[in-house]
Amino acid sequence: MIMKLAMAGLLATTVMAAVPAQAETLRLLTWGSYAPDELVKKFEEKYPDITVEVTFSNNEEMIAKLRATGGAGFDLAQPSHDRIYAVQQEYNIYKPLDLSKINTDVMQANLLDGVKANTTIDGEVYAVPHQWGTSGLMANKSLAPDVAAWGDLCDPQYQGKTSMRLRRTILLGMAFDMGEDPFAAYADLDKYQEILDKVADKLIACKDNLKAYWKGGDDLSAMMMSGEIVASETWDSTAYKLYGENKDIVFVPPKTGALAWIDTFAIPRKGEADDAAYKWINFVLEPENVMIMSASTGAIAAVEGGKDMLPDDKKEAVNAAFSDEAMSNLKFFANIPAGVEDMEGKTLEKIKAATGAE
Amino acid sequence: MMQKDIKRLSLYLLFAPFAMWITLLIILPHLGMFYISMREKVAPRVYEFGFDNYINFFNEPIYWNTLLRTGSMSLLVTVLALLLGFPIAYYIAKIAGNRTRGALFLMCLIPLWVSDLIRAFGWILLLRETGIISSSLQWAGLINTPIEFLYNDATVIVGLVYTVILFMIVPLVSTLDGMDDAMIEAGYNLGGNGPTVLRRIIIPYAMPGIVSGCIVVFMLTAGSYLTPILLGGKNSSWFTEQIYDQFITRYNWESGAAFGFVLLAFTSLVIWIGLKLSGQTLNSTVARS
Repeated sequence: MIMKLAMAGLLATTVMAAVPAQAETLRLLTWGSYAPDELVKKFEEKYPDITVEVTFSNNEEMIAKLRATGGAGFDLAQPSHDRIYAVQQEYNIYKPLDLSKINTDVMQANLLDGVKANTTIDGEVYAVPHQWGTSGLMANKSLAPDVAAWGDLCDPQYQGKTSMRLRRTILLGMAFDMGEDPFAAYADLDKYQEILDKVADKLIACKDNLKAYWKGGDDLSAMMMSGEIVASETWDSTAYKLYGENKDIVFVPPKTGALAWIDTFAIPRKGEADDAAYKWINFVLEPENVMIMSASTGAIAAVEGGKDMLPDDKKEAVNAAFSDEAMSNLKFFANIPAGVEDMEGKTLEKIKAATGAE
Repeated sequence: MMQKDIKRLSLYLLFAPFAMWITLLIILPHLGMFYISMREKVAPRVYEFGFDNYINFFNEPIYWNTLLRTGSMSLLVTVLALLLGFPIAYYIAKIAGNRTRGALFLMCLIPLWVSDLIRAFGWILLLRETGIISSSLQWAGLINTPIEFLYNDATVIVGLVYTVILFMIVPLVSTLDGMDDAMIEAGYNLGGNGPTVLRRIIIPYAMPGIVSGCIVVFMLTAGSYLTPILLGGKNSSWFTEQIYDQFITRYNWESGAAFGFVLLAFTSLVIWIGLKLSGQTLNSTVARS
């Protein structure tokens, strides 16, 4: 039976591969919710000769997919701004952008300059900003009113009622919480290793305090909504979504600063529809489309006045979370130099494998 | 002469799909993986050949501890699946009537029609702190505070047994089916009681089915990804998760590929030992059922 299934699967893939590609197809590799159906339909109506194919993914999988093919198979990708420089140097999977074809005037100047500075190699720019948001904390104000810093997740008064994702964000957040500046330490990897060791000790000691590590927005939402946990490390968009359903659940920018990411547009090296890709970039930057996009992603568009283009409920959630002071205290993720992924990966493994008293 | 050519041609044609399947989907990818696993990354876009990735595995206790943990938990799952699956298979093959047999078999099959992911989410809904079991126990007054059943190793084992038990039942049923009832009767006639008949007649006869079921279940469990990830807790590392992390989050295909081969070698070794201990061969077990 298994053999039969395998053969059927094989047949199905060959049949699919045999369907000829249409005149112009834009193969988009992006985050879940970054290509809402409404927008795709609108785009295809405006450009009837372009068909949009969307693949949802995340930073790591996007890079793995492109690396597997040397940058073929997709025409436009949307990795975060800190995942381009080292990846490009190591695997050569993107091609330089032709900025003259992109409507960069509408982009928020500081974000554009920041992304350009982070992704310029040999004078060529490899990415422009699309949406940005933050990672920080989420707390149920009625049950955990005092949560204000990364370290509060390890506060014994919330024993068994906090959560985090065991990825690099929490390493960086905890490092800031302990008074270090991990981004500055990227220049001196020995120093960074020291910081990581300290963070690992702290997070291993903290393990008993956690209920579980969350793995995706869905299980985090379920734990938070049911009251099984009262505070967690989170993406802001997940927190904003929950705020819409329960006004007690708010996003809390940690007092050391929320960690900010910018998702970008980058064109894979062997992309075959550059023109369509540029059309899509300019299309989603148009104000009315920005509103559709932001309603779907819950993130803020990197255009001038992007915050005001959020739908009302999201705008309310952002205003409830961020004071002007917290807004100016954002810590943008710094470029990940080669080798850091390995160091961080080893640290995460160490934390996961450490058996606290369970 | 002509006749012989046609015969040979039809043999080639019949063999071709199988050969292509094996070469294109099994052998070639493994050769590629092996090639990757032998590369050492020395600098961006610079590689050297060597066994470094394998040496790293043995030098880092976290890695081989995870492998041993995965191996021992998989063995436990295999044993549990056998203990639970054997009575079910025996009932289906020997006790149930012809008509109920089909229905029972179908009932075992039905859970397999639902994808792994959905089944794992089913367990999550049942077992979480605010889930169905915890809240109905509270409702019945048996417990006062909600209990978290999720996120521990016991849950992972339950979830895995549930996922793989069918692969234990099917070979057992087909082996027991071929057993003549007269053999059991003869056992009783010669003065054996229940346990003796089971030990001296039924189990030896069913041995090929038991071994092939165990092999399949062990391989599936050691190589499973979704169930341990979704149901496991803070400390439950699974070796496949380690491989995924190497490939995806650490961009380290070289050591991920090496880990893949380590897992392959480890499971093969366990199965070889199992075959030696039970005195069976691959020919007498998997090939037969």
